[in-house]
Amino acid sequence: MARKIRVVIAKPGLDGHDRGAKIIARALRDAGMEVIYTGLHQTPEQIVETAIQEDADAVGISILSGAHMTLVPRILEGLKENGAEDVLIVVGGTIPDDDAVELKKLGVAEVFTPGAPTTEIVEFLRGKVPVS
Amino acid sequence: MATTEDKLDSTNEWRRELYDAKPEREGELFSTISGLENEPLYTPDNVEIDYERDLGYPGVFPFTRGVYPSMYRGKLWTMRQFAGFGTAAETNARFRYLLEHGQTGLSTAFDMPTLMGHDSDHPRSLGEVGREGVAIDSLDDMETLFEGIPLDKVSTSMTINSPAAMLLAFYLCVGEEQGVPRDKLRGTIQTDILKEYIAQKEFIFPPEPSMRLVIDMIQFCAEEMPLWHPVSISGYHIREAGSTAAQELAFTLADGFAYVEACMARGLDVDDFAPRLSFFFNAHLDFFEEIAKYRAARRIWARELRDRYGARNPRSWLMRFHTQTAGVSLTAQQPEVNIIRTALEALAAVLGGTQSLHTNSFDEALALPTEHAVRLALRTQQVIAHETGAVNTIDPLGGSYYLEDLTNRLETEAYDYFGRIRKLGGVVAAIKENFFQREIADASFRYQSEVEQKQRIIVGVNRYELEDEQPVEILKIDPALEREQIDRVQALRARRDSGAAASALAELKRSAAQEDKNLMPPIVEASKAYVTMGEMCDALREVWGVWRETPVF
Repeated sequence: MARKIRVVIAKPGLDGHDRGAKIIARALRDAGMEVIYTGLHQTPEQIVETAIQEDADAVGISILSGAHMTLVPRILEGLKENGAEDVLIVVGGTIPDDDAVELKKLGVAEVFTPGAPTTEIVEFLRGKVPVS
Repeated sequence: MATTEDKLDSTNEWRRELYDAKPEREGELFSTISGLENEPLYTPDNVEIDYERDLGYPGVFPFTRGVYPSMYRGKLWTMRQFAGFGTAAETNARFRYLLEHGQTGLSTAFDMPTLMGHDSDHPRSLGEVGREGVAIDSLDDMETLFEGIPLDKVSTSMTINSPAAMLLAFYLCVGEEQGVPRDKLRGTIQTDILKEYIAQKEFIFPPEPSMRLVIDMIQFCAEEMPLWHPVSISGYHIREAGSTAAQELAFTLADGFAYVEACMARGLDVDDFAPRLSFFFNAHLDFFEEIAKYRAARRIWARELRDRYGARNPRSWLMRFHTQTAGVSLTAQQPEVNIIRTALEALAAVLGGTQSLHTNSFDEALALPTEHAVRLALRTQQVIAHETGAVNTIDPLGGSYYLEDLTNRLETEAYDYFGRIRKLGGVVAAIKENFFQREIADASFRYQSEVEQKQRIIVGVNRYELEDEQPVEILKIDPALEREQIDRVQALRARRDSGAAASALAELKRSAAQEDKNLMPPIVEASKAYVTMGEMCDALREVWGVWRETPVF
């Protein structure tokens, strides 16, 4: 039997907009995944630590403060430094198109902007994370 | 089967004989966006209206139809667009531009580090300085922000909560430097910390010391700044976090009652502070539900202030409120369609009797708005005010069977929540039990599921999508601003009188440890000594600790 996909939903930075993060967390849980929600106001270092401790297959980063170009690369670097670059990183939030292209170049697997259905995110993770 | 020539004796008969004869459309829900069920028709049969008791006249208890006798025939609502980005100097230039073009009110958006009580050079501020608003670290920045703007001529709104006391102190000091005494300053500062724990999550300290700071400010303003609104009790962020209209109404009013009770517990007379309390609501897409929400809010507030809290001054009974259209309703897909959404939301706010209004710009699901987008947003209000006729008569939808029934039902739902909150031990106790957070998360998830099952249609998102979307131009913040602001705060610390700053900070800490001291005077003194906002917040963090919520989803 396939094991469950483990996903950390993370809120880096100072903003408190957690509606999206909570909806995604619940939708992934309802889709049968193991979901760990970090809560608000996490530093990139805290998120890297959680991803490693929880042995996450994927980290979903929710960010709406405009600081994504500063904070997301620090999470990617932190994972790499700890030999965890195989963790799948997806980003959700108010991310302008140009920045989304840049983030994907840096190693983000996908960027979901407002309006993306949760089913699409569920399918994306199922397609990318090998579980057998 | 009955035909239209037959005389029908009741709505029930109409329903049975005519309405039910034809099938309803399938798929989309007929309930409000918040999930309140709707009858196909409202008539005198299923709606009871007691005009004197439930509606009355504008400017007369219970103020359902409006807080002022003349409403928009006397004075239009204030078109107050929220602005702020980059450094104080840049936002100052935008303020002066707005004032030169006839605006009389300013509304300040602060950046995330300022909202969270961190100076711009704090490690947590990296990447966030000046991004979502203006960076203000000290009185020095506040002097720049209002340079050349006479504070006796403008009213200023400041959207800040946890460090509200520091920002109010900075403003008051700028006024004094300009020769404007504090009792002549006009404006509003948000200060509503309870909704931060409930929804927006820009909290620093635990709820109890935070409440003390709010009450200190209300008391200080009641005594020294009679023209200032020390708190703007906000449902906006509760709704943005995914609540229903009824939750927004109920939780906001419950917060309002909590402030009233805390002030009275401190020994203040309700009529000394209640007239200066103001409110801030969301305008979402369900047109009638929103209008009903504002009307119910006015009626509940008036009744509770008069009958439960014993306010005798009629000005204490008035719920005056600002409204902002729903950011959460904006879509990143086909963003121009957001102009239409915002226009309908703004019209609901006007028909609901708002005192001031901010209309969102169509590009805000993507980034901070461009000047072009902001101008269109302001034009939307101007079209409503001058072209639609919506302002020509007061509460024009009052008496609509449907609207009055919705108003009554929202009121009933609100009282149901008040009862549940009281049973949990009040607002602070309910926050600690994650009651509000869970209610909002449930509502938000339910709505999302309805959208995904296409029981709710969002144009351009789950129907009428475009394959190829044209990118729209968006505002970019110059990353060099962050470095400039960091240099600025560090230079300030190097040049100020360090002895004076240290002793003012020590005095603030001492006062914070004593429950019976009003903290506004030591915060004003520390501001004058150019102690930074982050330093003051750090001092209070040492005394009070910080708040961490247990996340629920």
